[in-house]
Amino acid sequence: MSDNSLFTLTDVSFAYGTDPVLQEINLCLPPGKFYGVVGPNGCGKTTFLDLLIGARKQLTGTIVFNGKQIHAYAKRELARQLALVPQEFDTGFGFTVEEIVLMGRHPHIDRFSSPSQEDWLAVDQAMECIGISKLKDRYTNNLSGGQKQRAVVARALAQNAPVLLFDEATASLDVKYTLQIFNIARQLVRAEGRTVIAVIHNLNLAAAYCDQLLFMKDGRILCHGPTDQTLTAETIAEVFDVQAQVVFDPFNKTRQVSFQYWQQ
Amino acid sequence: MYRHSEKKYYLLVSALFLCAVLVIIVSTGMGYMEIAPEEILRVIGARIFGDSSLTAGIETTIPYVVMDVRLPRILTAALVGGGLALSGVIYQGILLNPLADPYTLGISSGAAFGASLALLANLSMLGHFSTPIFAFAGATLTLLIVMRLSTFNGQISAQTLILSGVIVGAILSAGISFMKYLADEQVAVIIFWLMGSFASSTWNGVLLIGGTFIFSIGVTLYYGRDLNIMSLGRRSSDTLGVETAKVRKILLLTASLVAAVCVAITGIIGFIGLIVPHLMRYLVGPDNRKLLPVSALAGAILLLLADTMTRAVLPVEVPIGVLTALIGGPFFCVIFRQKQRGKSYE
Repeated sequence: MSDNSLFTLTDVSFAYGTDPVLQEINLCLPPGKFYGVVGPNGCGKTTFLDLLIGARKQLTGTIVFNGKQIHAYAKRELARQLALVPQEFDTGFGFTVEEIVLMGRHPHIDRFSSPSQEDWLAVDQAMECIGISKLKDRYTNNLSGGQKQRAVVARALAQNAPVLLFDEATASLDVKYTLQIFNIARQLVRAEGRTVIAVIHNLNLAAAYCDQLLFMKDGRILCHGPTDQTLTAETIAEVFDVQAQVVFDPFNKTRQVSFQYWQQ
Repeated sequence: MYRHSEKKYYLLVSALFLCAVLVIIVSTGMGYMEIAPEEILRVIGARIFGDSSLTAGIETTIPYVVMDVRLPRILTAALVGGGLALSGVIYQGILLNPLADPYTLGISSGAAFGASLALLANLSMLGHFSTPIFAFAGATLTLLIVMRLSTFNGQISAQTLILSGVIVGAILSAGISFMKYLADEQVAVIIFWLMGSFASSTWNGVLLIGGTFIFSIGVTLYYGRDLNIMSLGRRSSDTLGVETAKVRKILLLTASLVAAVCVAITGIIGFIGLIVPHLMRYLVGPDNRKLLPVSALAGAILLLLADTMTRAVLPVEVPIGVLTALIGGPFFCVIFRQKQRGKSYE
C-alpha cells in the first residue's frame, strides 16, 4: 500500500445479520481523483459508502482514512474531512433552505458560538454556486424533490470538506442540474485537488466525468482502475448482464456506452 | 453573528416571562381568601429578605396561606407545566413525530404503574416520598425496557421506539386496571392520584421538580443545535459531525427524567407536552434552541391557568388531568385537522 492513500481498505467484509453484503474488499484510493462506483441494484454500493463514512462498522478487516482507523475519528473531526450528499433525506419540521445549508457549517462552529462572517460567506457561496440563492427563505418541506436535492448539495459544499461522497445524488434531477452538479464536482477535483467518490447509475455520466471506476457485483469489487481501461463491453456484460458497446464520442471527446436495446 | 433579526424572538420570550410572573402573582391572590397583589409581594419579600416589618398591618393568616398553602402548589403547577412541555419538545424533536410525548413512549404509564403499586400495597416504608419514588422507579424501568425493545444492531429507530412504547404502555395500563380491580377500598386513592392533582404540593416537591427542570433545560440547550440537525435523519447528522447515537440517548434520558418527576409528583397530566410544542412551533419555527425556552414558559403558564381555574374559579375541584384532557383534546383535534387540510392543498 502506498503512503499517498486517502482510503486504504484491507480484507473488509460486512453482513446484515447472516447475509453477507460486502466481501474481501481490498482497495487503496489516492486523493485528488473523481471515483465512480457502479454496479447493479443491491450489489452493496450504498453499504460500501456507509463503511467509508463510518456510519456502519465493518465485520472484518480495517478501513484507514488519512492514516487513522475510520472509527477512531470523532464525528465532528470526520465531518470536517468528509461530506456526504445522500440520496434522500428527512426534512424534519421544516427548516428553510438557508438553515439547511448552514447546517453544513456545524462541524466548523463551536458549540456556544454563532456562525461567523466566514460561515455565512461559505453558505452564500454554496447557494450561489448551485443557483438556489433565490430559494433561501423557502421551507424545505415545500420544495420539489430536485430543489431539495440541490439544497443538500449546497450543504455539502458549505461543509467545505476535502472529500465528497455522492450517493446517487443526482437521481432526482433533470439533465441540466445533473450536468451542473457533475461539473461542479469535476471542478472541485481539478482545480482544488479534492476527492469525489460517487455512486452513479448512469454509465455515460460515469464515463464522462470519472478518473477511476469501481465495478461492484454481489458485494465484491470486480475490477477497478482508470476509466478508459476498465470501461469495456466485456466488463459491462459481466457486471450488468447487458450487451453494450463502448465507443469514442467525438462531440465530447470521451468514451460513451451504447446499449443494445432489443433484438429484431 | 446573526443574519436575521432575533428581536421578535426575544420580545416573545420577555412577554411570556412577564406573563408567567404575572399569572403566578395573580393566581396566588385568588381563592377562598382574596389577597391583594401588593400584600402577596410584601409577604414574599418579608420571607426572602427576613424583614418582618414588611408584613406589618397584614392579617396573620395571610403569610401562612401565601407561603405554605398557595405558593408551593402554584410553583409546582408552573414547573410541571414547563417540564412536560420541555419533555414534549425533546421527544418530538428526536422521534421526528409531532405525536410523541411521555404517553406515547409509555413513560407515564410506567410511573402510574409504580405509584399504583405503592398505593395498593400501602407501602409507606419511605415515608412521604414512597409514592413519588415508586413512580420514578416505574418510569425509569419502563424507559429502559422500551429502549431495549427498540434497539436493533445497537441502533434505536424512531418507529420502533414509538411501537415499543405503545406496546409496553398497553401492558402497563392493563396492569393498572387489574390493580384497581384488586384495590377494593383503596381504589379511590389510586384513581384520584391517576387523574392528577396539585392539592398536596410541598416545598420539597417544588425543589425536586425545580432542580430537575433547570438541569434538564441546561442539558437540552447544550445539545440544541445537534437536536436540530438530527431532524435530518441519522446518516446525514452523523456526517455533519453530530454524535447522533450518543446525543439521542442522553436527550431521551433527560426528557424521561423530567416526565417521570412530573408524573411522580402530580399524577398523570396529559396534552401539555403534546400541544404546547405544537403551538410554539407555529410562532418560532422548528429551531429547538428557540422552541425550548418558549415552550417551557408557555407550558408553565397554561398549566398554572388550568390549575387556578379548577382551584379558585370552578365550584368543585375537577382533577387537573381531567381538565387538561377535556380542554386540550378537542383543541388538539382542531389544529390536527387544520394542519392536515393545509397539507393536502400544497
